[in-house]
Amino acid sequence: MIAFLVRRIGQALVVMFIISLLSFSIQDNLGDPLRELVGQSVSEAERQKMRDSMGLNDPFITQYWRFLKKAVQGDLGNSYFFKRPALEVILEKLPATLELVIGATLIILILSVPIGVYCAINPRSWFTKVMMGISIVGISIPVFLTAIMLIYVFSIWLGWLPSFGRGETVTVAGWETGFLTTDGLLHLILPSIALSSIMLPLFIRLIRSEMMEVLEQDYIRFAWAKGLHRKRIWFIHALKNTLLPVITVGGVQIGTMIAYTILTETVFQWPGMGFLFLEAVNRVDTPLIIAYLIIVGLIFVITNTVVDLIYGLVNPTVKLARGHT
Amino acid sequence: MTRYWQLFRDSAFLYRFKRDKVAIVSFAVLVILVMLSFCAPLIAPFDPYDPTQIDIMDSDIPPVWQAEGDPRFRLGTDAQGRDMLSTMLYGTRISIIIGLFAVLLQSLLGIALGLVAGYFGGRIDSFLMRLADIQLSFSTLMVAIVVLAVFQASFGTELYNELAIFMLIMVIGIAEWPQYARTVRASVLAEKKKEYVDAVRVIGLHPRRIMFRHILPNTLSPILVISTVQVANAIMSEAALSFLGLGMPVNKPSLGSLINSGFEYILSGSWWITTFPALLLVVLVLVINLLGDWMRDVLNPKLYKD
Amino acid sequence: MALLEVRNLEVRFPLRGGELTALRDLSFSLNQGERLGIVGESGAGKSVAAFAILNLVSRPGYISAGSVLFEGRDLASLAPEQLRSIRGNRIAMIFQDPMMTLNPVLTIGTQMVECLQAHREISDKEAREIAVSKLRSVSIPAPAARMDQYPHELSGGMRQRVVIAIALLTEPSVIIADEPTTALDVTIQAEIMELLLELCENNNVALLLITHDLGVVSQVTQRTIVMYAGRIVEEGATRSIIDNPWHPYTHGLIDALPERTHRGQRLNQIPGMMPSLSAIPEGCAFHPRCEHMTELCQTQIPGYTLRDERRVACHWVEKQGESR
Repeated sequence: MIAFLVRRIGQALVVMFIISLLSFSIQDNLGDPLRELVGQSVSEAERQKMRDSMGLNDPFITQYWRFLKKAVQGDLGNSYFFKRPALEVILEKLPATLELVIGATLIILILSVPIGVYCAINPRSWFTKVMMGISIVGISIPVFLTAIMLIYVFSIWLGWLPSFGRGETVTVAGWETGFLTTDGLLHLILPSIALSSIMLPLFIRLIRSEMMEVLEQDYIRFAWAKGLHRKRIWFIHALKNTLLPVITVGGVQIGTMIAYTILTETVFQWPGMGFLFLEAVNRVDTPLIIAYLIIVGLIFVITNTVVDLIYGLVNPTVKLARGHT
Repeated sequence: MTRYWQLFRDSAFLYRFKRDKVAIVSFAVLVILVMLSFCAPLIAPFDPYDPTQIDIMDSDIPPVWQAEGDPRFRLGTDAQGRDMLSTMLYGTRISIIIGLFAVLLQSLLGIALGLVAGYFGGRIDSFLMRLADIQLSFSTLMVAIVVLAVFQASFGTELYNELAIFMLIMVIGIAEWPQYARTVRASVLAEKKKEYVDAVRVIGLHPRRIMFRHILPNTLSPILVISTVQVANAIMSEAALSFLGLGMPVNKPSLGSLINSGFEYILSGSWWITTFPALLLVVLVLVINLLGDWMRDVLNPKLYKD
Repeated sequence: MALLEVRNLEVRFPLRGGELTALRDLSFSLNQGERLGIVGESGAGKSVAAFAILNLVSRPGYISAGSVLFEGRDLASLAPEQLRSIRGNRIAMIFQDPMMTLNPVLTIGTQMVECLQAHREISDKEAREIAVSKLRSVSIPAPAARMDQYPHELSGGMRQRVVIAIALLTEPSVIIADEPTTALDVTIQAEIMELLLELCENNNVALLLITHDLGVVSQVTQRTIVMYAGRIVEEGATRSIIDNPWHPYTHGLIDALPERTHRGQRLNQIPGMMPSLSAIPEGCAFHPRCEHMTELCQTQIPGYTLRDERRVACHWVEKQGESR
């Protein structure tokens, strides 16, 4: 267990190192800090002097080291637009994005497992055929189109649900949440559905095909020969083996999910990190871009570690000490 | 050549294709879409790239069957006064070109790296596979958004607009190599274990040539299946990027950027600017996915799984 | 009345462009405590027969005709819940490959306790106690510790012992063993077979042993059925079949036994290959490989000739009997 954690943390450090290097080179190439500070009217000689005093002419390694030391202390510079520490600005938007991701993940978990299992057990039923048809259409519609369609139908046409923003939120222990107000929850519905719209059919199909493969295995046949109840065979013997590859894929899909939050947040003007990031790109707000990359990198690293841990706990053939990736 | 044609004609592949209505319809729709879009300069009523043919006075005209429709513009016009039908035909062509070339790049890169990883093994292999793991977990779309955003921010919109199509192909093409690399690597490893490799080595020949002669045909069907689905994915990624304003510019729109440009007007009632390209995009991606699904069933390749 | 009686059982597999008949006109009976062997090359339909008895033919296969009477009830037409109360309870099964038979993500204990609890109202504690005692009875060292282990922590031989222990859990009256030693190392094959034989004898359990190995059959069983291309070609007491095979195919199988071959001599093999089920020859399925083949064999499927409590499906044997 400890060996697994050490190895995993080692990997995480490598990933974060790459991200920090990337972030630093972005900062290095993007936007001249001097321009932000002094404008155009200062002479070239004076600029050089200021560069020297700010350390901008130091070797790359020295500058990078300085950047790293500050970054570890949480100092990623001030956002050009908000004139506040970039990290602070990003972290304020973190709850909105996380709540959206939680909403979509819940939809995916609650629907994909039962539907996928049903379709695997009853491959010839009409419901399965309909689900398979819907799911292939589902994975063929881009997230942003689903989002637009949802807004058009449920907000503009039927007028049932709000389509913009987070609605009313309350702050609990520094966390601005929409989970605790009716208005907040209503605002969450459409964005969550949109965000889950590609992953859900993907997971239904994945769970179905994995489960169908598992149901063909000898140990399932043996379970039938033992005279077990069919529910036990399906939901204990087959499902547990089905979920192993699904967990792995789930880990890989976290990145895609974060990318989709950018799209979903843009369409619904959801005040999250993705929306902020796109604005920062349009404003060339380098510190904010970097802060976003680092936070997203951290989220990747943490969730992937958690997914690996869950996999190790579910799969007895993986010894966490040895690791498996 | 005739021999291969003969083989193909008698194959189970064709036999099953002829018996599957969904596959036939999907294939037909795909062929029609590809033909129409590539013949766009010949059949489109207007040239959306030619500013002299665009009149801002013609903007926001609804499709011809609506009260304010104009018979010149069968599917209406967009906010800049461009004929929707023509713009969509040109846009589809851009989407398909990006999809095809991105997948070509992916497959070349992935096959090469997969061969290298599988053949040399050891450190090179574990390095490449670890890289593939990391790459996959970051997801193409995420990488593409970041790279394109940084690129756009550092080079300015003007230069970016000129290079957009190359950038999209490069980014989508480079980001998805692990899919191919893993499949090819798996079959190299499987081939390495086979006895003839030892046998060839014993008689003093290098097994490389013979191995590769075996491996590439063996991986052909999984590569075909992956490629089909990947073209659909690439088109989707391109649409998403264009929708975010990181893809094709407004004056040379793909389907994604057309949808994006119409999105602002959907509230003011100009539904057609978004709806038509959206429908076209969904149909295009759907038929490719259906064909990919069908091919997966027929060829039943052992795709790489974790 | 026989404990288990199979009557005219037929199993088919619908495939693209027609149906395959994997098993045709299978009839035999098994008495209390009796040990019956079913022999044949792979593809002869032995395994299909084993699974068909418990109505477990893998999809898309199905039982197209016949019946399986267990204590007078027809398993092929029983309601699912009633069938379930017989599977694993009164009739247990041992599979070929112990590496694949046990669920990799459940502990040995779980896989044993669940089987008991599926058939009896019993507490976890009691079930565990029974399970441990059964593990002990199949000579697994440290049985209590095994309960919390996963299959991958055990060797192949150990796993097959666990499978046998599971089969014995509910004290069934019939055990169907489908090639129980084929997947194991040669060195432990005999061990496992002896264990199985001993347990069946001690507990008065009827054994239906499916195997391709006539040698094993001759050591374990009292009666033998020989199958070829989905059909029984010969049946009788094991001793008399081994000593005096009637059917040319049985003859060939026995001649091919290594024990029957003298040192320095080549192994005797039956020429040719067993036909695939999609291309079974007209008439007697064995005729292309048979040295006694006549014109009749090519056109007409031989019926069963019954004599001296044996039966055989062969035109040649039939004719010899008449002329005698």
